[in-house]
Amino acid sequence: MAHITLPPGLPGIRGPMAFRPETAGPLNELVDVLLQGPHTLSKGERELIATFVSARNDCRFCQTIHGAVAACHLDGDEDLVVQVKEDPERASISDKLKALLVIAGKTAESGKSVTAADVELARRHGATDLEIHDAVLIAAVFCLCNRYVDGLATWTPEDPAYYRERAPLVAENGYAASTSASPKQYDSA
Amino acid sequence: MRELAEVLLRGPNTLSSGEREMIAAFVSSRNDCQFCHNSHRAAAAHHLDGDYELVDAVKRDYETARVSSKLKALLAIAGKVQQDGRSVTTADVDRARGEGATDLEIHDTVLIAAAFSMFNRYVDGLATFTPTDPDAYDEMGRRMAREGYVRKSG
Repeated sequence: MAHITLPPGLPGIRGPMAFRPETAGPLNELVDVLLQGPHTLSKGERELIATFVSARNDCRFCQTIHGAVAACHLDGDEDLVVQVKEDPERASISDKLKALLVIAGKTAESGKSVTAADVELARRHGATDLEIHDAVLIAAVFCLCNRYVDGLATWTPEDPAYYRERAPLVAENGYAASTSASPKQYDSA
Repeated sequence: MRELAEVLLRGPNTLSSGEREMIAAFVSSRNDCQFCHNSHRAAAAHHLDGDYELVDAVKRDYETARVSSKLKALLAIAGKVQQDGRSVTTADVDRARGEGATDLEIHDTVLIAAAFSMFNRYVDGLATFTPTDPDAYDEMGRRMAREGYVRKSG
C-alpha cells in the first residue's frame, strides 16, 4: 500500500501525479521534451537510457514501463532492452550510445562521478554537447522519478500485460497526454 | 524545471518556504552539491530572517535543531529518499503523521528530495561553474527568496 492516500487504480507515478497536478504538469513537460521531443538521439535510444537508469536504481515500475516504451520504438525488440539493462557494453547498440550510458550510469551514482574522460569518450564516438547534456539530464530526471515512485511506495502492477498495453499509448501520444485524465489542462502550464 | 522548483518551494503550502528550502538545502548537502547546497541554504536563511545558524544546524543534525517535530520527521523522510526511495518505511511516514504532517506535506517532502536528487546530479554531472564567494550565494539566495525561480517576462 502506498504511504499516502492516492487516487485509486493508477499505477506507479500516475498516482502521485493525479494527487498533485500542480507538480505533474512541469514534470510531464520535462519528460516529454527529453524523451519525445525532436532529437538526434532516437526515441528508442532515449528510452533505453531512462530504462537503464531506472534498472540501476532498482525501480521496478519505471524500468518496466520505460523498457516497454523503448521496445515499442525499437520494433518490439524486448531482447535488446534486456541486454542494455544487463550489460550495455555487450548490447547491440552504437558505441556512442554505450558511451552515453556510461555517463548516465555515473550520473545516477552521483553527478560528481562523471569524468572528463567519460565525456571525451562519448565525444570521440560522435556525441554532441546536446546529446551529452540530455544523457545527463535524462539520468538525473529518472533519479527523481524513481525516488518519487518508490519513496511513496506507489502501486507497481505485477502483470507484464499492463506495461505492454500501456506502452504503445505512451509511445504514440507522449507522457503528458497519457498521464492526465484531461490532457488539455497542462497545455498552458 | 524552474516551474517545478517554484511550485514545490514557493507555491501555496502549509509548509513555509523557509521549511521547504531547508529540506532542499539538506538534501543538496547530503548529495554534496556545493552550488545547490549554498544557494538553497541562502534562500532558506532569507526566508528565516537571515538565520543561517538554523539552516546549518538542520544540516548538521536536524534532530537537535530548533525546528518543529513535524519538520524533523519530514527531514528523516527526505534523507531516506535522497539515498533510495525504497528506504522510506511505514514507520517513517507514521512518525510524520503522528507529528501532524498531512499527506500533501509528506508527498511534497518526497518530491522535493527527489527533485533535488535530480538538480544536484544535473549541476554536478555537467561540472557546471560553481562560484566560491559566499557573498555571491547570499545575493542569489536573497533573489530566490524574494523573486522566485520563474523569470517574469516584460
